[in-house]
Amino acid sequence: MNEYNFAYLDEQTKRMIRRAILKALAIPGYQVPFASREMPMPYGWGTGGVQVSAAVLVPEDTLKVIDQGADDTTNAVSIRRFFERTAGVAVTEATAEASVIQTRHRIPEAPLRADQILVYQVPIPEPLRFLEPSEVETRKMHALEDYGLMHVKLYEDISRHGAISTSYAYPVKVEGRYVMDPSPIPKFDNPKLEMAAIQLFGAGREQRIYAIPPHTRVVSLDFEDHPFEASKADHACGLCGATDSYLDELIVDDEGGRMFLCSDTDYCAGRRRAGHAGAEAAPFEEDAA
Amino acid sequence: MYVAVKGGERAIDNAHAWLAEERRGDRAVPELTVAQIREQMSLAVNRVMAEGSLYDPDLAALAIKQARGDLIEAIFLIRAYRTTLPRFGGSAPLDTGAMACDRRVSATFKDAPGGQVLGPTFDYTHRLLDFKLAADGEVSAPAEAEARQEATPHIMSFLDREGLIQPEPEGADTPPDLTRSPLELPAERALRLQALTRGDEGFILGMAYSTQRGYARSHAFVAELRIGTVPVEMEIPELGFSVEIGEITVTECETVNQFRGSRTEPPQFTRGYGLVFGMTERKAISMALVDRALRWKELGEDDVGAPAQDEEFVLYHSDNIQATGFLEHIKLPHYVDFQSELELIRKLRREAAAASSASGEAAE
Repeated sequence: MNEYNFAYLDEQTKRMIRRAILKALAIPGYQVPFASREMPMPYGWGTGGVQVSAAVLVPEDTLKVIDQGADDTTNAVSIRRFFERTAGVAVTEATAEASVIQTRHRIPEAPLRADQILVYQVPIPEPLRFLEPSEVETRKMHALEDYGLMHVKLYEDISRHGAISTSYAYPVKVEGRYVMDPSPIPKFDNPKLEMAAIQLFGAGREQRIYAIPPHTRVVSLDFEDHPFEASKADHACGLCGATDSYLDELIVDDEGGRMFLCSDTDYCAGRRRAGHAGAEAAPFEEDAA
Repeated sequence: MYVAVKGGERAIDNAHAWLAEERRGDRAVPELTVAQIREQMSLAVNRVMAEGSLYDPDLAALAIKQARGDLIEAIFLIRAYRTTLPRFGGSAPLDTGAMACDRRVSATFKDAPGGQVLGPTFDYTHRLLDFKLAADGEVSAPAEAEARQEATPHIMSFLDREGLIQPEPEGADTPPDLTRSPLELPAERALRLQALTRGDEGFILGMAYSTQRGYARSHAFVAELRIGTVPVEMEIPELGFSVEIGEITVTECETVNQFRGSRTEPPQFTRGYGLVFGMTERKAISMALVDRALRWKELGEDDVGAPAQDEEFVLYHSDNIQATGFLEHIKLPHYVDFQSELELIRKLRREAAAASSASGEAAE
């Protein structure tokens, strides 16, 4: 693919995106408008994340791409291939070996380090969007730090259902100032948002970039009497036996039999390599779990 | 033992190969050439150029071939290609008054200098399937007239002379570029027009139609609709003057709209404007109507809450590449989020069941 620049985007565009990223890092949680480009993949399929990754990648980088925690989901494969073709960077499935990780809907289970960058694909960057459809209004609300509407929504959830009925894309407050949408990660992942790595969020269609610098305070919104709770399926992984990882639920037979397994495929494979085994991994030793 | 589903890469390769085969269709039927599409599917080519924001009939025809005739997919191919192109500069403003018109009609005057020229229009065809075309599409050469040498004046200029039409002062500023800077609201008219001209034809048509049916009705007449070729000039810095770099076909529509005056403006006619690449008159007329509806603020009209008046609504939803991408992304896996919803619903149901059995016991 010599007809395109390194990592597809031209250097002017990358400079524009890097400026947006720097501004985003300087104002944690603030949504910086940027002139999103048309990418050769559809809007809504990770164009924001792809542009951010393209702007931060250098030839020495090792890239990992996950979707739903897995490296082998079709769109993750497609994006990884895109960068293999256009940037020629090394790719990996191992979280620890990657210097840039592009993700959709998950934060890897293994803690990330200071020399890593986590790039999120974001569909709707505005946490207030479903409470207020107008962009003009929501920008005003952020400017005035007017988050009453969000607290009322959470309160109404509790009064109606007895609990906050948001299970993913759970809103957080960053460094005590901006309310931010962490992208549609399950709320199980929210506590991991305070990490050593740089976190960049790219929303291509909505033309926004935002960021969480390393070790920034990220608080999931809640009430004193209804504290935030990171939840997951109350099972162990059927393959590696992990009880601390986020689980996917599979329907395995016509009777609706279920099986749970790690959504983070690299985490699961690593545990199995280390000798851990779950109930379904060794069906002949029923006590294995 | 369960083995996690692998093979995404092979599945993608196979899907692409199958797609290529489907695109080709029955090999016993001769393959379409790009030139055939360009010449005989020219209105599809025009739409792809207009919404792809790239005037190149050959590339548009290629995109249509590659997209199996799916025009939004073809527009997407063109947009993704366009965004990689370097920019040498901007052209001088087009002078549509100098257009060599293939078609020029006015609904507001029976006749005017330059005349009414129907041109190649479907307008008065009877929509009867022409079965002869299935066997033999050759046509005899149509009659030709002498080309008009003098410029064809805009109909609007006649109303302008009388001061009946709201004046349109010439803007000196370089208009913003939607493809190079993020859309920020409120948007000025030049930016709105830019969004409308590359917006989805169906969406803009629907919005325009809604204004006709009473959602921000603006009583539009087509003062003029003209289609033809205009020269594109560009100033070359080394030369210090403009040179013609090519010719493009465009469709221009100016509507004249009834206006009884407002707190800030006297009674006069107002305008809506549409300008679209190629022969695209449905789009150009729609664009003019939506443009007029979006001008309520500057003309001091009331916001009646109609969708076509809401620039945020119109501009954020008119782009079919954004819309189709986001719409279709919901077929990507979402099982992580769905899993968290499953957990939540199960938890809420458990709590609800516990609460109702507790209250049941209390009643006993």
